Amino acid sequence: MNVQVTSRPIVQPATSSKLAIADGDIHPQRNSYKDLFPYMEARWVEMAKTFGSRPRQAYQAGPAYPKGQPNASRRDAWPPGGRPGSSLPLLQKQLLDENNITLGILNPTGDNGASFQNREFGAGVASAMNRWVEAEWLIEPRLKGSIVVPYEDADAAVAEIERWAGDPRFVQVLMVTRTANPPGQKQYWKIYEAAAAANLPIGVHAFGFGGYPVTGSGWPSFYIEDMVGHAQSSQSFLTSLVIEGVFERIPNFKLVLIESGFAWLPPLAWRLDKLWTRLKQETPHLRRAPSEYIRESVWLTTQPMEEPQPREHVLDAIDWIGWDRLIFATDYPHWDYDDPTQVLPMPLPEQQRRDFFFNNAMKLYRQV
Amino acid sequence: MSLLEPGGIDCDIHPAVPNIRALHPYLSDHWRDVVIQRGVHELESIAYPTNSPLTSRPDWRLPNGKPGSDLDALRAHALTPFGTSVAICNCLYGVQLLFSEDMGAGFARAVNDWIAAEWLDKEPRLRASIVVPMQNAELAVEEIDRVAPDKRFVQILLLVMHDHPLGKRHYWPIYAAAERHGLPVGIHAGSAYRHPVTPLGWPTYYTEDYAAQATAFQAALSSLVCEGVFTKFPDLKIVLLESGFTWLPAHLWRLTKFWRGLRMEVPWVDRAPTDIVREHVRLTVTPCDGPPSPEMLQKLMEHMGSDEMLLFSTDYPHWQFDGDAVLPDGLSRDLVRKIMIDNPRATYTRLVSEVVA
Repeated sequence: MNVQVTSRPIVQPATSSKLAIADGDIHPQRNSYKDLFPYMEARWVEMAKTFGSRPRQAYQAGPAYPKGQPNASRRDAWPPGGRPGSSLPLLQKQLLDENNITLGILNPTGDNGASFQNREFGAGVASAMNRWVEAEWLIEPRLKGSIVVPYEDADAAVAEIERWAGDPRFVQVLMVTRTANPPGQKQYWKIYEAAAAANLPIGVHAFGFGGYPVTGSGWPSFYIEDMVGHAQSSQSFLTSLVIEGVFERIPNFKLVLIESGFAWLPPLAWRLDKLWTRLKQETPHLRRAPSEYIRESVWLTTQPMEEPQPREHVLDAIDWIGWDRLIFATDYPHWDYDDPTQVLPMPLPEQQRRDFFFNNAMKLYRQV
Repeated sequence: MSLLEPGGIDCDIHPAVPNIRALHPYLSDHWRDVVIQRGVHELESIAYPTNSPLTSRPDWRLPNGKPGSDLDALRAHALTPFGTSVAICNCLYGVQLLFSEDMGAGFARAVNDWIAAEWLDKEPRLRASIVVPMQNAELAVEEIDRVAPDKRFVQILLLVMHDHPLGKRHYWPIYAAAERHGLPVGIHAGSAYRHPVTPLGWPTYYTEDYAAQATAFQAALSSLVCEGVFTKFPDLKIVLLESGFTWLPAHLWRLTKFWRGLRMEVPWVDRAPTDIVREHVRLTVTPCDGPPSPEMLQKLMEHMGSDEMLLFSTDYPHWQFDGDAVLPDGLSRDLVRKIMIDNPRATYTRLVSEVVA
């Protein structure tokens, strides 16, 4: 089989038809820790200056798997004198205006305090991140925020959720896939309950440093394995939530899996259904088949888009998941950005197209 | 279910070591003394809790003894009902789980000699995989070289989760030996539990542990491809055992997409991972974590993009299906023949001369 790297058989003219776009994954980035200092308590400023973040990984700054590009970013996304994703004007021009994005979800991932080894310090930084997003990004009404929470300390995470729950500019609670313990375990339930009570979905973005190897057979060598591995981490994340009964126990719980792919979902649901049928005496707290919880309460963002050969096969996967469950995303300013005019392999019926690019996100994030 | 083809080749059955005493005659004096003096327990992995429903089909449990530990029962349960001509024994006794490299090697040797004497000598339809001490590649190669001259051993057996990702150079001597002897490397579900089975820590339920096996196979394939194992060993064949297979297309879509974006990191991967895997990797068909309809399965087969990758297996005595419904609905007669006969014969070259009817 030849790999048609440049194969784009049919381009969908999204902009020419003025389709409004919702983007489920945008990354605002600070230029340095100093940007956060105005929003941090003095003791945490001192901690940041003296000891740094101390994430659960080896390097003070920068990942153990060096990225494919500087800052894992598009070459054209560097504002003068700053880091990609650090300039609101550039983001407005390059991303929002260019693509007619009228709803953009900000996911401030990275060095955001959510899983520092020093949890109290991490809670302080997470809180500062939210204040920074509020003051410097949510002044743009097309952008909405995700609440950064120190999810390894459920009480602190709940406090942070409650701090912002009444603010309509924050539309979800942000976690990452690589938690320190299986995320369906009881220590995390309070977070899900607080989010459900506030009518906020939990958005789970790929990445994070939980401390354990990123595969069940130890640490792989390469960034490409780390990236492909996000799909495995997401499968483990979802499996834990389903099998522990989080969807059963917390009725209004909604989950958005961000930047981990989506075609793996149907085979995982088939596997879980089959296992549940065989092993259900182990999990009497589950009253329905795993696939039913998933169909009802799980959404996925589309970037980085699945690209089978032939590309049309991806439509089967979307049929199996449900066209109402995918949220288009660009991942701006990162290198594996998806362009809305290129992301789908063929023209779709108008309703499907609108759901995929806009309506699903508007409903999920209660913008209608 | 799809009708079976007579004379099928079952690529994954599990004869069980009935108890550690059964290995005494096959252990060296030293290791037999160790077992007795130190009271070494049964090396049964938590991967298959003895009484868990998945561990044995109810009608395949034995009145006395572990499921899979009796040859007559295995004939009656696993060979005769499916018209099987040849079945490959993958013994899952937990020798790879030991921390001592030498003890692992001592036990692997005993298990292989036990299989040869207690199963292969007594039943001509049986073949076996060589159990190796994954703890130490040098010792693993010694065991492969010792056993491989016996042509009834048709494969080298690894667990999908061990100390390191399976593509790492630590394991390359094993792949070199496999190529040298013309043996596929079978990678079976299971773990040495050196690390939690998920990247998010130790899960609460056995259900999650078994679900995680599929993600472990995905990671293992990524590792084998990205480390360049198939570039270094172009004749190597890998067989994924008890892996499930319906996850494969989606995984290859992602691996190939990221290879396009990041191939500068792994320049020795000189073809699309999808193509590499279709050429070098085979998967057993049980468990089939299949979609709810034959039409969806048909589409999934199109996504697989090859009818040469799947190999017939019952996974005896594990409870993956009832009656003789080994294969899911919706497979064509041609595909069933390929899965049950042609594909196994193409994979296990040591079978070919003997399987011709």
